[in-house]
Amino acid sequence: MLEADNLECVRGERRLFSGLGFKLDAGELLYLQGRNGAGKTSLLRMLIGLLPPESGEIRWHGKPIRRQADDYHAALCYLGHLNAIKEELTPLENLLAAARLAGEDLSVDDAIDALEQVGLAGREDLACKYLSQGQKRRVALARLVIDRRPLWILDEPFVALDVSAVDWLAGIISGHLQRGGMAVMTTHQLVAIPAGTVRELRIG
Amino acid sequence: MPNIVFSVIARDLKLAMRRQADIVSALFFFVIVVSLFPLGIGPEVDLLRQLAPGILWVAALLATMLSLPRLFADDYRDGTLEQLALAPHPLGLVVTGKVIAHWLVSGLPLALITPVLGIQFDLSTDALLVLTGAILIGTPALSGIGAIGAALTLGLRGGGILLSLLVLPLYIPVLIFGAGAVDATVSGLGGEGHLSLLAAMTIAAIGFAPWASAAALKIALE
Repeated sequence: MLEADNLECVRGERRLFSGLGFKLDAGELLYLQGRNGAGKTSLLRMLIGLLPPESGEIRWHGKPIRRQADDYHAALCYLGHLNAIKEELTPLENLLAAARLAGEDLSVDDAIDALEQVGLAGREDLACKYLSQGQKRRVALARLVIDRRPLWILDEPFVALDVSAVDWLAGIISGHLQRGGMAVMTTHQLVAIPAGTVRELRIG
Repeated sequence: MPNIVFSVIARDLKLAMRRQADIVSALFFFVIVVSLFPLGIGPEVDLLRQLAPGILWVAALLATMLSLPRLFADDYRDGTLEQLALAPHPLGLVVTGKVIAHWLVSGLPLALITPVLGIQFDLSTDALLVLTGAILIGTPALSGIGAIGAALTLGLRGGGILLSLLVLPLYIPVLIFGAGAVDATVSGLGGEGHLSLLAAMTIAAIGFAPWASAAALKIALE
């Protein structure tokens, strides 16, 4: 269970939001909405623990996240604006390295499977610098296929994806919610997620 | 827990192998800078012998500096650093892995080529051995201290110059004891004391610097 209480965000001299709170239970999805610059990404960075809130508290299973950073990070999968893939490595190597750094065991077969699912079959061994923007995004998204951590925090996951990929990703997120996972995401294009309870939070 | 250290080392080494130009250019910089001095000073063997340790060490400091700005910058730019900070391990351990990998691709090659370059300065076998040993023991400290500077200047415009201004003064103790080890050996005093002090600096730098860097990286990621 993820809870946020009375959060306040100040960037530079400007207060982006204050008194923000929500509660997220297993199987629930939180859609963050707001105009550009409203503080959506800042809120996500607070939720992953990289940006300390000006005031307020974020709790994971009742305990403040900054007092259990390692346990919280073990339960958390974050996908940001940046793909976090290395241009010099192949999609397969990227996926395996990401899993190893996150402390998970991922077999080569499972990784190839995940890459096939995101439509990169046959390109596993091509250095990522030769892939298109959309394909690079798919390499990053392949992490979600194999991820079984309970909390997903996704910043604009649908950006740079074609229509079929958007449907596919919505299905992956539904599957995650059905397994009892939680997700928080920002998006400008409202995509229908078929399963789980969807909640909306508007900032600014 | 140390698993994460090995994972980071393996990943960084693999990346370094994919762009060998970085390693080779720092190494060639070292070779060329060191080789310019005998040409400029002329064939005065005594003078060259006296200057050799200082020249090799200063060149080693500069060659290390050359590769420092990229230590975290690439990971920062493509978002990997965020993911590393979100790994379920203390960030200090991740940085320890990166510092060790940095030494393996920058410090170690310098130490390996030092005996060859030392010949240009007519150094005796003993002096060559001590000089190589000193560079081998001292360069990990350079990588460690440099990591703090690289983390502090991460994401700054013109961070490279600022990095040199921050880090080079901190390299002075390593330079003094590194070059001093050779002088002490040549003058018959024995360089063991200097080498022990260098080893102590390296242990301290590898032990503490990654945690200081991690603190700086967290600020850069806010």
